[in-house]
Amino acid sequence: MEFYLTALLQGLCFAGIAVGIYISMKIFNIPDITTDGSYTLGGMLTGTLLTHAFPLYISAAAALLAGAIAGAITGVIHTKLKIHALLAGILVSTALYSINIIVAGRSNLPLINLSSVFSIITFTTDFNLNSLLILLLVVGAVVAITGYLLKTDFGIAMRATGNSESMIRALGVNTDRMKIIGLAMANALTALSGFLMTQQQGYADISMGIGIVIIGLGSVIIGDTLISRFNVKSVWKILLLVVAGAVVFQLLLAVTLSLGVNANLLKLVTAVLVLLFVSLPRLTLSRQND
Amino acid sequence: MIKLSNISKTFNTGKPNEVKAVQNLNLEIAPQDYVVIVGANGSGKSTLLNLIAGSLLPSAGTIEIDGQLVTRLKDFERSKWIARVFQNPLSGTAPDLTILDNFRLAALRTQSKDLLIGTTAQFKADVKDKVALLGMGLENKLDQDMGTLSGGQRQALTLMMSVMDECKILLLDEPTAALDPRSADLVMKTADRLIKDFKLTAILITHNLKDAHYYGNRLILMREGQIFKDYSCESKLSLTQNDLFSWFS
Repeated sequence: MEFYLTALLQGLCFAGIAVGIYISMKIFNIPDITTDGSYTLGGMLTGTLLTHAFPLYISAAAALLAGAIAGAITGVIHTKLKIHALLAGILVSTALYSINIIVAGRSNLPLINLSSVFSIITFTTDFNLNSLLILLLVVGAVVAITGYLLKTDFGIAMRATGNSESMIRALGVNTDRMKIIGLAMANALTALSGFLMTQQQGYADISMGIGIVIIGLGSVIIGDTLISRFNVKSVWKILLLVVAGAVVFQLLLAVTLSLGVNANLLKLVTAVLVLLFVSLPRLTLSRQND
Repeated sequence: MIKLSNISKTFNTGKPNEVKAVQNLNLEIAPQDYVVIVGANGSGKSTLLNLIAGSLLPSAGTIEIDGQLVTRLKDFERSKWIARVFQNPLSGTAPDLTILDNFRLAALRTQSKDLLIGTTAQFKADVKDKVALLGMGLENKLDQDMGTLSGGQRQALTLMMSVMDECKILLLDEPTAALDPRSADLVMKTADRLIKDFKLTAILITHNLKDAHYYGNRLILMREGQIFKDYSCESKLSLTQNDLFSWFS
Protein backbone atom coordinates (compact mmCIF):
# COMPACT_ATOMS: atom_id res chain seq x y z
CA MET A 1 0.00 0.00 0.00
CA GLU A 2 2.81 2.35 1.03
CA PHE A 3 4.45 1.53 -2.29
CA TYR A 4 1.43 2.61 -4.32
CA LEU A 5 0.90 5.69 -2.17
CA THR A 6 4.44 6.80 -3.08
CA ALA A 7 3.65 6.20 -6.74
CA LEU A 8 0.51 8.31 -6.33
CA LEU A 9 2.54 11.11 -4.73
CA GLN A 10 5.10 10.95 -7.52
CA GLY A 11 2.33 11.05 -10.11
CA LEU A 12 0.93 14.20 -8.50
CA CYS A 13 4.42 15.73 -8.44
CA PHE A 14 4.60 15.08 -12.17
CA ALA A 15 1.23 16.77 -12.76
CA GLY A 16 3.07 20.03 -13.53
CA ILE A 17 5.10 18.36 -16.27
CA ALA A 18 1.98 16.70 -17.65
CA VAL A 19 0.07 19.98 -17.85
CA GLY A 20 3.21 21.67 -19.24
CA ILE A 21 3.61 19.06 -21.98
CA TYR A 22 -0.11 19.31 -22.66
CA ILE A 23 0.35 23.03 -23.30
CA SER A 24 3.44 22.70 -25.50
CA MET A 25 2.47 19.54 -27.37
CA LYS A 26 -1.32 19.56 -27.59
CA ILE A 27 -2.02 23.29 -27.64
CA PHE A 28 1.00 24.58 -29.57
CA ASN A 29 2.00 21.41 -31.45
CA ILE A 30 5.57 21.95 -30.31
CA PRO A 31 7.62 18.96 -29.08
CA ASP A 32 9.48 20.67 -26.25
CA ILE A 33 12.62 18.93 -24.98
CA THR A 34 13.50 21.90 -22.74
CA THR A 35 11.47 19.94 -20.18
CA ASP A 36 14.47 17.73 -19.25
CA GLY A 37 16.52 20.80 -18.35
CA SER A 38 13.84 22.96 -16.78
CA TYR A 39 12.65 20.14 -14.49
CA THR A 40 16.20 19.71 -13.14
CA LEU A 41 16.56 23.50 -12.99
CA GLY A 42 13.46 23.71 -10.79
CA GLY A 43 14.78 20.91 -8.58
CA MET A 44 18.38 22.13 -8.25
CA LEU A 45 17.31 25.71 -7.63
CA THR A 46 14.89 24.58 -4.94
CA GLY A 47 17.58 22.43 -3.34
CA THR A 48 20.08 25.25 -3.35
CA LEU A 49 17.71 27.88 -1.96
CA LEU A 50 16.36 25.57 0.75
CA THR A 51 19.84 24.54 1.91
CA HIS A 52 20.67 28.24 2.12
CA ALA A 53 17.61 28.68 4.33
CA PHE A 54 15.58 30.79 1.94
CA PRO A 55 11.86 30.75 2.71
CA LEU A 56 9.75 28.29 0.79
CA TYR A 57 7.72 30.85 -1.15
CA ILE A 58 10.90 32.39 -2.54
CA SER A 59 12.11 28.96 -3.65
CA ALA A 60 8.78 28.28 -5.33
CA ALA A 61 8.73 31.65 -7.08
CA ALA A 62 12.36 31.27 -8.16
CA ALA A 63 11.73 27.78 -9.59
CA LEU A 64 8.66 28.97 -11.52
CA LEU A 65 10.48 32.04 -12.83
CA ALA A 66 13.63 30.12 -13.82
CA GLY A 67 11.54 27.53 -15.67
CA ALA A 68 9.64 30.29 -17.45
CA ILE A 69 12.88 31.95 -18.55
CA ALA A 70 14.24 28.63 -19.87
CA GLY A 71 11.04 28.06 -21.84
CA ALA A 72 11.03 31.62 -23.15
CA ILE A 73 14.60 31.19 -24.41
CA THR A 74 13.57 28.06 -26.31
CA GLY A 75 10.63 30.03 -27.66
CA VAL A 76 12.80 32.92 -28.81
CA ILE A 77 15.29 30.55 -30.50
CA HIS A 78 12.41 28.74 -32.20
CA THR A 79 10.39 31.73 -33.38
CA LYS A 80 12.93 34.50 -33.94
CA LEU A 81 15.87 32.45 -35.22
CA LYS A 82 13.54 30.02 -37.04
CA ILE A 83 15.27 26.97 -35.54
CA HIS A 84 13.24 23.76 -35.37
CA ALA A 85 11.53 23.50 -31.98
CA LEU A 86 13.11 20.11 -31.23
CA LEU A 87 16.62 21.47 -31.79
CA ALA A 88 15.85 24.66 -29.86
CA GLY A 89 14.72 22.57 -26.88
CA ILE A 90 17.73 20.26 -27.05
CA LEU A 91 20.07 23.27 -27.18
CA VAL A 92 18.50 24.89 -24.14
CA SER A 93 18.34 21.70 -22.08
CA THR A 94 21.97 20.92 -22.93
CA ALA A 95 23.01 24.40 -21.83
CA LEU A 96 20.91 24.01 -18.68
CA TYR A 97 22.96 20.97 -17.65
CA SER A 98 25.94 23.27 -17.02
CA ILE A 99 23.75 26.01 -15.55
CA ASN A 100 22.27 23.52 -13.10
CA ILE A 101 25.70 22.44 -11.87
CA ILE A 102 26.73 26.08 -11.50
CA VAL A 103 23.52 26.90 -9.62
CA ALA A 104 23.98 24.08 -7.13
CA GLY A 105 27.78 24.16 -7.11
CA ARG A 106 27.72 20.35 -7.18
CA SER A 107 25.79 17.57 -8.85
CA ASN A 108 23.86 16.27 -5.87
CA LEU A 109 22.02 18.11 -3.09
CA PRO A 110 20.56 16.13 -0.18
CA LEU A 111 17.84 17.96 1.77
CA ILE A 112 17.97 16.28 5.13
CA ASN A 113 16.07 17.75 8.06
CA LEU A 114 15.11 20.85 6.15
CA SER A 115 11.62 22.25 6.24
CA SER A 116 9.76 21.57 3.01
CA VAL A 117 6.40 22.24 1.46
CA PHE A 118 5.29 18.93 2.97
CA SER A 119 6.24 19.80 6.54
CA ILE A 120 5.18 23.43 6.57
CA ILE A 121 1.47 22.68 6.90
CA THR A 122 0.26 19.76 8.97
CA PHE A 123 -3.21 18.40 8.31
CA THR A 124 -2.41 15.02 9.78
CA THR A 125 0.57 13.40 11.51
CA ASP A 126 0.85 10.71 8.84
CA PHE A 127 3.61 12.21 6.68
CA ASN A 128 2.57 10.52 3.42
CA LEU A 129 -1.09 11.36 3.88
CA ASN A 130 -0.15 14.94 4.71
CA SER A 131 1.96 15.06 1.54
CA LEU A 132 -0.96 13.74 -0.46
CA LEU A 133 -3.27 16.48 0.82
CA ILE A 134 -0.72 19.21 0.13
CA LEU A 135 -0.02 17.87 -3.37
CA LEU A 136 -3.74 17.72 -4.08
CA LEU A 137 -4.00 21.37 -3.06
CA VAL A 138 -1.09 22.41 -5.28
CA VAL A 139 -2.27 20.36 -8.26
CA GLY A 140 -5.80 21.65 -7.74
CA ALA A 141 -4.48 25.20 -7.89
CA VAL A 142 -2.47 24.44 -11.06
CA VAL A 143 -5.51 22.95 -12.78
CA ALA A 144 -7.77 25.80 -11.62
CA ILE A 145 -5.41 28.56 -12.74
CA THR A 146 -4.42 26.94 -16.05
CA GLY A 147 -8.04 26.04 -16.77
CA TYR A 148 -9.24 29.57 -16.12
CA LEU A 149 -6.47 30.98 -18.28
CA LEU A 150 -7.35 28.73 -21.20
CA LYS A 151 -10.98 29.83 -21.00
CA THR A 152 -10.18 33.54 -21.18
CA ASP A 153 -9.94 35.47 -24.44
CA PHE A 154 -6.16 35.22 -24.15
CA GLY A 155 -6.43 31.46 -23.68
CA ILE A 156 -8.69 31.03 -26.70
CA ALA A 157 -6.13 32.95 -28.76
CA MET A 158 -3.48 30.64 -27.35
CA ARG A 159 -5.41 27.53 -28.37
CA ALA A 160 -6.04 28.96 -31.83
CA THR A 161 -2.32 29.66 -32.31
CA GLY A 162 -1.47 25.97 -32.44
CA ASN A 163 -4.64 25.16 -34.33
CA SER A 164 -4.80 27.63 -37.22
CA GLU A 165 -1.89 30.03 -37.36
CA SER A 166 -3.00 31.84 -40.53
CA MET A 167 -6.39 32.56 -38.96
CA ILE A 168 -5.14 33.85 -35.66
CA ARG A 169 -2.56 36.11 -37.31
CA ALA A 170 -5.32 37.56 -39.50
CA LEU A 171 -7.21 38.19 -36.25
CA GLY A 172 -4.40 40.30 -34.85
CA VAL A 173 -2.39 37.92 -32.68
CA ASN A 174 1.40 37.95 -32.70
CA THR A 175 1.92 34.19 -32.91
CA ASP A 176 5.65 34.38 -32.12
CA ARG A 177 4.92 36.16 -28.87
CA MET A 178 2.15 33.70 -28.08
CA LYS A 179 4.44 30.69 -28.57
CA ILE A 180 7.12 32.24 -26.36
CA ILE A 181 4.56 32.83 -23.59
CA GLY A 182 3.21 29.31 -24.04
CA LEU A 183 6.62 27.67 -23.75
CA ALA A 184 7.40 29.87 -20.74
CA MET A 185 4.20 28.68 -19.06
CA ALA A 186 4.85 25.05 -19.91
CA ASN A 187 8.37 25.15 -18.49
CA ALA A 188 7.34 27.10 -15.41
CA LEU A 189 4.93 24.24 -14.66
CA THR A 190 7.69 21.72 -15.37
CA ALA A 191 10.00 23.52 -12.96
CA LEU A 192 7.17 23.40 -10.40
CA SER A 193 7.28 19.62 -10.75
CA GLY A 194 11.02 19.76 -10.07
CA PHE A 195 10.33 21.92 -7.01
CA LEU A 196 7.80 19.43 -5.65
CA MET A 197 9.72 16.28 -6.52
CA THR A 198 12.96 17.49 -4.94
CA GLN A 199 11.16 17.95 -1.63
CA GLN A 200 9.16 14.77 -1.99
CA GLN A 201 12.22 12.59 -2.56
CA GLY A 202 14.47 14.65 -0.28
CA TYR A 203 17.24 15.43 -2.72
CA ALA A 204 18.00 17.14 -6.02
CA ASP A 205 20.28 15.51 -8.55
CA ILE A 206 21.78 16.70 -11.83
CA SER A 207 20.48 13.61 -13.63
CA MET A 208 16.92 13.77 -12.22
CA GLY A 209 15.61 15.26 -15.48
CA ILE A 210 17.06 12.73 -17.91
CA GLY A 211 14.21 11.38 -20.01
CA ILE A 212 11.61 13.16 -17.89
CA VAL A 213 9.94 14.54 -21.03
CA ILE A 214 8.86 10.96 -21.78
CA ILE A 215 6.96 10.85 -18.49
CA GLY A 216 5.13 14.03 -19.43
CA LEU A 217 4.46 12.66 -22.88
CA GLY A 218 3.18 9.35 -21.53
CA SER A 219 0.88 11.15 -19.08
CA VAL A 220 -0.55 13.38 -21.80
CA ILE A 221 -1.10 10.41 -24.11
CA ILE A 222 -2.92 8.44 -21.40
CA GLY A 223 -4.97 11.55 -20.65
CA ASP A 224 -5.62 12.11 -24.33
CA THR A 225 -6.84 8.55 -24.81
CA LEU A 226 -9.38 9.12 -22.04
CA ILE A 227 -10.29 12.54 -23.45
CA SER A 228 -11.10 11.22 -26.91
CA ARG A 229 -12.73 8.05 -25.56
CA PHE A 230 -15.21 10.04 -23.49
CA ASN A 231 -15.27 12.97 -25.93
CA VAL A 232 -14.45 15.47 -23.18
CA LYS A 233 -14.78 19.13 -24.21
CA SER A 234 -14.52 21.09 -20.97
CA VAL A 235 -11.06 22.56 -20.43
CA TRP A 236 -11.14 21.77 -16.69
CA LYS A 237 -11.98 18.12 -17.25
CA ILE A 238 -9.31 17.83 -19.94
CA LEU A 239 -6.67 19.15 -17.53
CA LEU A 240 -7.92 16.84 -14.77
CA LEU A 241 -7.64 13.86 -17.13
CA VAL A 242 -4.10 14.91 -18.06
CA VAL A 243 -3.22 14.98 -14.35
CA ALA A 244 -4.96 11.61 -13.97
CA GLY A 245 -2.75 10.41 -16.82
CA ALA A 246 0.34 11.35 -14.82
CA VAL A 247 -0.91 9.42 -11.80
CA VAL A 248 -1.98 6.38 -13.84
CA PHE A 249 1.42 6.32 -15.50
CA GLN A 250 3.28 6.23 -12.16
CA LEU A 251 0.93 3.56 -10.82
CA LEU A 252 1.53 1.44 -13.92
CA LEU A 253 5.28 1.80 -13.43
CA ALA A 254 4.88 0.83 -9.77
CA VAL A 255 2.89 -2.25 -10.73
CA THR A 256 5.57 -3.26 -13.23
CA LEU A 257 8.30 -2.86 -10.63
CA SER A 258 6.31 -4.76 -8.02
CA LEU A 259 6.10 -7.66 -10.49
CA GLY A 260 9.84 -8.02 -9.94
CA VAL A 261 11.27 -6.05 -12.84
CA ASN A 262 14.83 -4.93 -12.13
CA ALA A 263 14.88 -1.25 -11.11
CA ASN A 264 17.73 -0.66 -13.56
CA LEU A 265 15.25 -1.37 -16.31
CA LEU A 266 13.00 1.50 -15.16
CA LYS A 267 13.73 3.75 -18.15
CA LEU A 268 13.34 0.85 -20.57
CA VAL A 269 9.99 -0.03 -19.01
CA THR A 270 8.99 3.64 -19.19
CA ALA A 271 9.84 3.82 -22.89
CA VAL A 272 8.01 0.58 -23.67
CA LEU A 273 4.93 1.73 -21.72
CA VAL A 274 4.84 5.03 -23.64
CA LEU A 275 5.24 3.14 -26.92
CA LEU A 276 2.29 0.96 -25.90
CA PHE A 277 0.10 3.95 -25.06
CA VAL A 278 0.94 5.59 -28.37
CA SER A 279 0.41 2.53 -30.49
CA LEU A 280 -2.55 0.85 -28.77
CA PRO A 281 -5.22 3.30 -29.96
CA ARG A 282 -3.86 3.02 -33.51
CA LEU A 283 -3.71 -0.76 -33.44
CA THR A 284 -7.30 -1.03 -32.26
CA LEU A 285 -8.38 1.64 -34.74
CA SER A 286 -6.79 -0.07 -37.73
CA ARG A 287 -8.55 -3.28 -36.75
CA GLN A 288 -11.88 -1.44 -36.74
CA ASN A 289 -11.16 -0.01 -40.16
CA ASP A 290 -10.39 -3.39 -41.73
CA MET B 1 -8.49 53.46 -48.72
CA ILE B 2 -5.57 51.40 -50.07
CA LYS B 3 -2.67 52.91 -51.97
CA LEU B 4 0.20 50.86 -53.40
CA SER B 5 3.11 52.84 -54.87
CA ASN B 6 5.81 51.21 -57.00
CA ILE B 7 5.37 47.87 -55.25
CA SER B 8 7.67 45.01 -56.23
CA LYS B 9 8.05 41.57 -54.72
CA THR B 10 10.82 39.22 -55.77
CA PHE B 11 11.22 35.71 -54.36
CA ASN B 12 14.61 33.94 -54.22
CA THR B 13 16.48 37.08 -55.25
CA GLY B 14 19.72 36.33 -57.09
CA LYS B 15 19.10 32.59 -57.30
CA PRO B 16 18.41 30.62 -60.50
CA ASN B 17 14.78 30.22 -59.41
CA GLU B 18 14.22 33.96 -58.93
CA VAL B 19 10.57 34.92 -59.36
CA LYS B 20 9.42 38.49 -59.88
CA ALA B 21 5.90 37.97 -58.59
CA VAL B 22 4.86 41.63 -58.56
CA GLN B 23 6.71 44.31 -60.52
CA ASN B 24 6.53 48.03 -59.99
CA LEU B 25 2.81 48.01 -59.41
CA ASN B 26 0.73 51.08 -58.64
CA LEU B 27 -2.82 50.75 -57.41
CA GLU B 28 -5.21 53.04 -55.60
CA ILE B 29 -8.48 51.73 -54.23
CA ALA B 30 -11.16 54.16 -53.10
CA PRO B 31 -13.27 53.59 -49.96
CA GLN B 32 -16.19 51.20 -50.53
CA ASP B 33 -14.81 49.99 -53.82
CA TYR B 34 -15.34 46.31 -54.55
CA VAL B 35 -12.38 45.33 -56.72
CA VAL B 36 -12.30 41.99 -58.50
CA ILE B 37 -8.90 40.71 -59.62
CA VAL B 38 -8.57 38.03 -62.27
CA GLY B 39 -5.48 36.62 -63.95
CA ALA B 40 -3.77 33.37 -64.86
CA ASN B 41 -1.95 31.29 -62.28
CA GLY B 42 1.36 32.93 -61.42
CA SER B 43 0.23 36.38 -62.51
CA GLY B 44 0.78 37.72 -58.99
CA LYS B 45 -2.79 38.01 -57.70
CA SER B 46 -2.28 36.15 -54.44
CA THR B 47 1.09 37.80 -53.86
CA LEU B 48 -0.60 41.17 -54.27
CA LEU B 49 -3.28 40.24 -51.75
CA ASN B 50 -0.66 38.93 -49.30
CA LEU B 51 1.29 42.19 -49.69
CA ILE B 52 -1.81 44.17 -48.81
CA ALA B 53 -2.59 41.89 -45.86
CA GLY B 54 1.00 42.03 -44.62
CA SER B 55 1.67 38.28 -44.81
CA LEU B 56 4.41 39.24 -47.25
CA LEU B 57 6.51 42.38 -47.05
CA PRO B 58 7.38 44.11 -50.34
CA SER B 59 10.92 44.13 -51.80
CA ALA B 60 10.36 47.74 -52.85
CA GLY B 61 7.64 50.38 -52.76
CA THR B 62 5.19 51.67 -50.17
CA ILE B 63 1.73 50.69 -48.98
CA GLU B 64 -0.77 53.03 -47.37
CA ILE B 65 -4.00 52.02 -45.71
CA ASP B 66 -6.52 54.64 -44.66
CA GLY B 67 -3.90 57.35 -45.14
CA GLN B 68 -1.38 55.60 -42.90
CA LEU B 69 1.94 54.18 -44.07
CA VAL B 70 1.88 50.45 -43.27
CA THR B 71 4.68 49.12 -45.53
CA ARG B 72 6.61 47.46 -42.67
CA LEU B 73 3.65 46.44 -40.52
CA LYS B 74 3.09 42.68 -40.19
CA ASP B 75 -0.21 40.93 -40.89
CA PHE B 76 -1.29 40.83 -37.23
CA GLU B 77 -0.64 44.57 -36.99
CA ARG B 78 -2.79 45.32 -40.04
CA SER B 79 -5.73 43.36 -38.68
CA LYS B 80 -7.23 46.54 -37.25
CA TRP B 81 -8.28 47.44 -40.79
CA ILE B 82 -8.28 44.14 -42.62
CA ALA B 83 -10.34 40.97 -42.37
CA ARG B 84 -9.53 38.00 -44.60
CA VAL B 85 -11.23 35.00 -46.10
CA PHE B 86 -8.75 32.41 -47.37
CA GLN B 87 -8.94 30.04 -50.30
CA ASN B 88 -8.69 27.08 -47.95
CA PRO B 89 -11.68 26.99 -45.57
CA LEU B 90 -9.32 25.49 -42.96
CA SER B 91 -7.11 28.59 -42.92
CA GLY B 92 -9.78 31.06 -41.87
CA THR B 93 -11.05 29.17 -38.84
CA ALA B 94 -9.65 27.10 -35.99
CA PRO B 95 -11.09 23.58 -36.42
CA ASP B 96 -10.57 22.37 -32.84
CA LEU B 97 -12.24 25.39 -31.28
CA THR B 98 -15.99 25.77 -31.04
CA ILE B 99 -17.88 28.09 -33.37
CA LEU B 100 -18.43 30.36 -30.37
CA ASP B 101 -14.70 30.54 -29.55
CA ASN B 102 -13.90 31.29 -33.19
CA PHE B 103 -16.38 34.15 -33.12
CA ARG B 104 -14.99 35.40 -29.83
CA LEU B 105 -11.55 35.79 -31.38
CA ALA B 106 -13.03 37.44 -34.46
CA ALA B 107 -14.90 39.89 -32.24
CA LEU B 108 -11.52 40.95 -30.81
CA ARG B 109 -9.71 41.28 -34.14
CA THR B 110 -8.80 44.93 -33.55
CA GLN B 111 -8.45 44.60 -29.77
CA SER B 112 -6.18 42.86 -27.30
CA LYS B 113 -7.09 39.40 -26.05
CA ASP B 114 -7.21 39.82 -22.29
CA LEU B 115 -7.26 37.51 -19.31
CA LEU B 116 -11.01 37.77 -18.99
CA ILE B 117 -13.70 35.31 -19.93
CA GLY B 118 -15.47 36.91 -22.87
CA THR B 119 -17.69 34.07 -24.04
CA THR B 120 -20.56 35.19 -21.84
CA ALA B 121 -24.23 34.40 -22.30
CA GLN B 122 -24.73 37.90 -23.71
CA PHE B 123 -21.98 37.35 -26.27
CA LYS B 124 -23.41 33.98 -27.21
CA ALA B 125 -26.80 35.56 -27.85
CA ASP B 126 -25.18 38.17 -30.09
CA VAL B 127 -23.35 35.52 -32.10
CA LYS B 128 -26.56 33.52 -32.37
CA ASP B 129 -28.30 36.50 -33.98
CA LYS B 130 -25.41 37.07 -36.38
CA VAL B 131 -25.14 33.43 -37.41
CA ALA B 132 -28.90 33.19 -37.86
CA LEU B 133 -28.59 35.81 -40.62
CA LEU B 134 -26.83 33.19 -42.73
CA GLY B 135 -29.96 31.05 -42.72
CA MET B 136 -27.94 27.83 -42.48
CA GLY B 137 -29.33 26.65 -39.14
CA LEU B 138 -25.91 26.91 -37.53
CA GLU B 139 -27.12 29.22 -34.76
CA ASN B 140 -28.01 26.23 -32.59
CA LYS B 141 -24.63 24.57 -33.05
CA LEU B 142 -22.42 27.25 -31.53
CA ASP B 143 -20.81 24.82 -29.07
CA GLN B 144 -19.85 22.45 -31.85
CA ASP B 145 -16.25 22.33 -33.10
CA MET B 146 -15.62 24.35 -36.24
CA GLY B 147 -13.92 21.28 -37.74
CA THR B 148 -17.20 19.35 -37.86
CA LEU B 149 -18.65 21.76 -40.44
CA SER B 150 -18.41 21.61 -44.22
CA GLY B 151 -16.13 23.90 -46.21
CA GLY B 152 -19.06 26.01 -47.38
CA GLN B 153 -20.40 26.47 -43.87
CA ARG B 154 -16.94 27.42 -42.64
CA GLN B 155 -16.39 29.98 -45.41
CA ALA B 156 -19.80 31.54 -44.71
CA LEU B 157 -18.99 31.72 -40.99
CA THR B 158 -15.57 33.23 -41.75
CA LEU B 159 -17.35 35.98 -43.66
CA MET B 160 -19.68 36.60 -40.73
CA MET B 161 -16.68 36.60 -38.38
CA SER B 162 -15.04 39.37 -40.39
CA VAL B 163 -17.78 41.83 -39.45
CA MET B 164 -17.87 40.89 -35.75
CA ASP B 165 -15.40 43.69 -35.08
CA GLU B 166 -14.89 47.02 -36.81
CA CYS B 167 -13.79 46.24 -40.34
CA LYS B 168 -12.78 48.51 -43.18
CA ILE B 169 -11.21 46.18 -45.73
CA LEU B 170 -12.25 42.66 -46.66
CA LEU B 171 -9.79 40.52 -48.61
CA LEU B 172 -11.28 37.50 -50.37
CA ASP B 173 -8.70 35.12 -51.84
CA GLU B 174 -10.61 32.69 -54.06
CA PRO B 175 -13.08 32.05 -51.24
CA THR B 176 -15.17 29.66 -53.31
CA ALA B 177 -12.40 27.67 -55.01
CA ALA B 178 -12.86 24.68 -52.72
CA LEU B 179 -16.66 24.74 -52.67
CA ASP B 180 -19.48 23.10 -54.62
CA PRO B 181 -21.50 25.45 -56.89
CA ARG B 182 -24.39 25.89 -54.44
CA SER B 183 -22.17 26.69 -51.44
CA ALA B 184 -20.03 28.92 -53.66
CA ASP B 185 -23.10 30.90 -54.69
CA LEU B 186 -24.21 31.28 -51.08
CA VAL B 187 -20.75 32.49 -50.01
CA MET B 188 -20.55 35.01 -52.85
CA LYS B 189 -24.02 36.37 -52.10
CA THR B 190 -23.24 36.63 -48.39
CA ALA B 191 -19.99 38.47 -49.15
CA ASP B 192 -21.79 40.88 -51.47
CA ARG B 193 -24.45 41.61 -48.86
CA LEU B 194 -21.93 42.20 -46.06
CA ILE B 195 -19.79 44.45 -48.26
CA LYS B 196 -22.85 46.61 -48.99
CA ASP B 197 -24.36 46.53 -45.49
CA PHE B 198 -21.12 47.34 -43.71
CA LYS B 199 -19.79 49.68 -46.42
CA LEU B 200 -16.58 47.70 -46.77
CA THR B 201 -13.76 48.19 -49.20
CA ALA B 202 -13.25 44.76 -50.72
CA ILE B 203 -10.84 42.90 -52.97
CA LEU B 204 -11.87 39.59 -54.48
CA ILE B 205 -9.53 37.24 -56.30
CA THR B 206 -11.37 34.70 -58.38
CA HIS B 207 -11.00 32.33 -61.32
CA ASN B 208 -14.75 32.26 -61.77
CA LEU B 209 -15.27 34.74 -64.62
CA LYS B 210 -19.03 34.71 -64.13
CA ASP B 211 -18.53 35.97 -60.58
CA ALA B 212 -15.89 38.41 -61.79
CA HIS B 213 -18.37 39.82 -64.25
CA TYR B 214 -21.33 39.90 -61.90
CA TYR B 215 -19.78 41.18 -58.65
CA GLY B 216 -17.84 44.32 -57.82
CA ASN B 217 -17.59 47.78 -59.34
CA ARG B 218 -14.02 47.51 -60.61
CA LEU B 219 -12.27 44.76 -62.50
CA ILE B 220 -8.52 44.28 -62.79
CA LEU B 221 -6.71 41.80 -65.02
CA MET B 222 -3.22 40.95 -63.85
CA ARG B 223 -0.46 39.58 -66.03
CA GLU B 224 3.21 38.96 -65.16
CA GLY B 225 3.04 40.79 -61.87
CA GLN B 226 1.48 43.91 -63.27
CA ILE B 227 -1.95 45.41 -63.84
CA PHE B 228 -2.75 44.63 -67.46
CA LYS B 229 -6.29 45.97 -67.67
CA ASP B 230 -8.27 48.07 -65.20
CA TYR B 231 -11.99 48.75 -65.65
CA SER B 232 -13.85 50.91 -63.18
CA CYS B 233 -17.58 51.55 -62.72
CA GLU B 234 -19.07 52.33 -66.14
CA SER B 235 -16.42 50.65 -68.24
CA LYS B 236 -16.88 47.47 -66.19
CA LEU B 237 -20.63 47.55 -66.82
CA SER B 238 -20.06 47.67 -70.55
CA LEU B 239 -17.95 44.51 -70.46
CA THR B 240 -19.63 41.28 -71.47
CA GLN B 241 -18.80 37.86 -70.07
CA ASN B 242 -17.39 36.97 -73.48
CA ASP B 243 -14.89 39.83 -73.19
CA LEU B 244 -13.59 38.26 -69.99
CA PHE B 245 -13.39 34.80 -71.50
CA SER B 246 -11.46 36.16 -74.47
CA TRP B 247 -8.68 37.40 -72.13
CA PHE B 248 -7.89 33.83 -71.15
CA SER B 249 -8.11 32.16 -74.56
